[in-house]
Amino acid sequence: MQNDRRKGGMRGSPDAALLLLADSRLPAGGHAHSGGAEEAVRLGTITGPEDLARFLRGRLATAGLVSAALAAAACELASAGHDEQAAAHDEQTGGRDGQSDDPAGRWRQLDAEADARTASPAQREASRVQGRLLIRSARRIWPSPVLDLLAKAVPNGVHHPIALGAAAASAGCDPYQSALAAAYNAVTGPATAAVRLLGLDPVTVHRLLADLAPALNDAAHAACASLIDDVVMEPGAADPFGPYGTANGDAKGSTRGPGWPALPGHAAPALDLLAEGHHSNTMKLFVS
Amino acid sequence: MGANHDDHHDAADPHGRALRLGIGGPVGSGKTALVAALCRSLGPSMRLGVVTNDIYTTEDAEFLRRAGVLDPERILAVQTGCCPHTAIRDDIAANIDAVETLEERFGPLDLVIVESGGDNLTATFSRGLADRQIFVLDVSGGDKVPRKGGPGVTTADLLVINKTDLAPLVGADLTVMSRDAAAVREGRPVLFTSIREDRSAHSVAEWVTSLVGSWHHQNDHTHDHSAPTNA
Ligand SMILES: Nc1nc2c(ncn2[C@@H]2O[C@H](COP(=O)(O)OP(=O)(O)OP(=O)(O)O)[C@@H](O)[C@H]2O)c(=O)[nH]1
Ligand SMILES: [Mg+2]
Repeated sequence: MQNDRRKGGMRGSPDAALLLLADSRLPAGGHAHSGGAEEAVRLGTITGPEDLARFLRGRLATAGLVSAALAAAACELASAGHDEQAAAHDEQTGGRDGQSDDPAGRWRQLDAEADARTASPAQREASRVQGRLLIRSARRIWPSPVLDLLAKAVPNGVHHPIALGAAAASAGCDPYQSALAAAYNAVTGPATAAVRLLGLDPVTVHRLLADLAPALNDAAHAACASLIDDVVMEPGAADPFGPYGTANGDAKGSTRGPGWPALPGHAAPALDLLAEGHHSNTMKLFVS
Repeated sequence: MGANHDDHHDAADPHGRALRLGIGGPVGSGKTALVAALCRSLGPSMRLGVVTNDIYTTEDAEFLRRAGVLDPERILAVQTGCCPHTAIRDDIAANIDAVETLEERFGPLDLVIVESGGDNLTATFSRGLADRQIFVLDVSGGDKVPRKGGPGVTTADLLVINKTDLAPLVGADLTVMSRDAAAVREGRPVLFTSIREDRSAHSVAEWVTSLVGSWHHQNDHTHDHSAPTNA
């Protein structure tokens, strides 16, 4: 079952690894990003805990869910990379098509999926910078060939959710945990920024986050459910996803293409506008 | 896989890279003035890069670019999200990224200066970011400040007490500052400056020059005895 692979980590103690990965103290540059909250505060869209709660719910339902799905897909791809390396040593494997020899190309393809889901240039830039910083730190914290490969495949910085999924895989986490970390990140960054910018009571804001906990779990489940919608093609059928669609052969002899084009793509035009407005504002404390 | 020959993102390997000098201290003490002074005096003989950590704008980076003391492209600004000390101490990722970007674009460099955002007396640089650090106070904060201590004052490799020209105006006693600083610094050096009057801060520039010299010497030396790289 695909689900078994989704549950397995590369290293032990995945729960503890997840805590480390999601901790805001992870030294990977996240503290300087507000996820649009700074601009929303400037415009008067967020003025207190009630506004903030609505902002966070909206962010989770859109950008948060998309990030969660991309992180889960990246974790799956990173784990598959490990399987393939093991398989590559098996001379009997045979029959792989040429695309399997281009893992860097698959990372670029997944990165392009993230790009396609990120309309605002300012958000793209913020996401790539955070991805680059996370990969740099993760390569020292959880060294693994897949992180080295990813750093080379997208040298200027892979999108943050993809970096997160790959780092999570290297830390031993599964796609669900990766998705959960991404969803968690999507709301805790802006929440902390609002505490700093508005002087909100931090306990009140943590209560908001606690109220969001079931929604975070739901988002992570939805993200993983979207992974299962992979395309299964009969042998010889035309590949609708081009050169990357036939990467994972399954046991039955049909070809399984990553269903990345079908990953969630919920747009949040307000967040896009906030990101662009923030970018052009010269008086700001946060990078995004 | 696993062997990782051309990875410049790995743990700081001092071989051949520039000395990273952190300059910290309270708001307005003269950090940017000192960076400009060092660029003026060291620029002709060293390959330099500068990273600024502005709090709210890119004021410091813009000031340095306008001052014409260094090629504007060699000055990068990092934004710190309300927490200037976090960016130099707890989560240095963005600063490391900026330093490495400068080294990639313009390297090899001799010296990269990282100016922190103005902060409190407890803000010091992580060793993961700065090889050496200077803490800048000014006399107008009162002559009690060195006595108050804090890791910046007590542990910085060099303590600079700037704006000595203002001492008579604010009634600061420089001998008191000197005595108190010596008492908490266990012999580490203290220099008094008035960058307003000496725009090349020659005493500090001399200290930095000898630092860079011994840094290179030390690394060349290490290099001679090390196993071949790219093993
Ligand atoms: N009188 C006098 N003024 C000085 C001296 N050095 C710097 N200043 C002035 O002090 C002010 C602050 O100097 P900066 O160099 O911007 O100080 P800073 O520490 O970089 O400030 P932040 O980055 O905002 O924390 C400027 O107006 C400088 O011109 C000095 O030696 N004497
Ligand atoms: Mg300054």
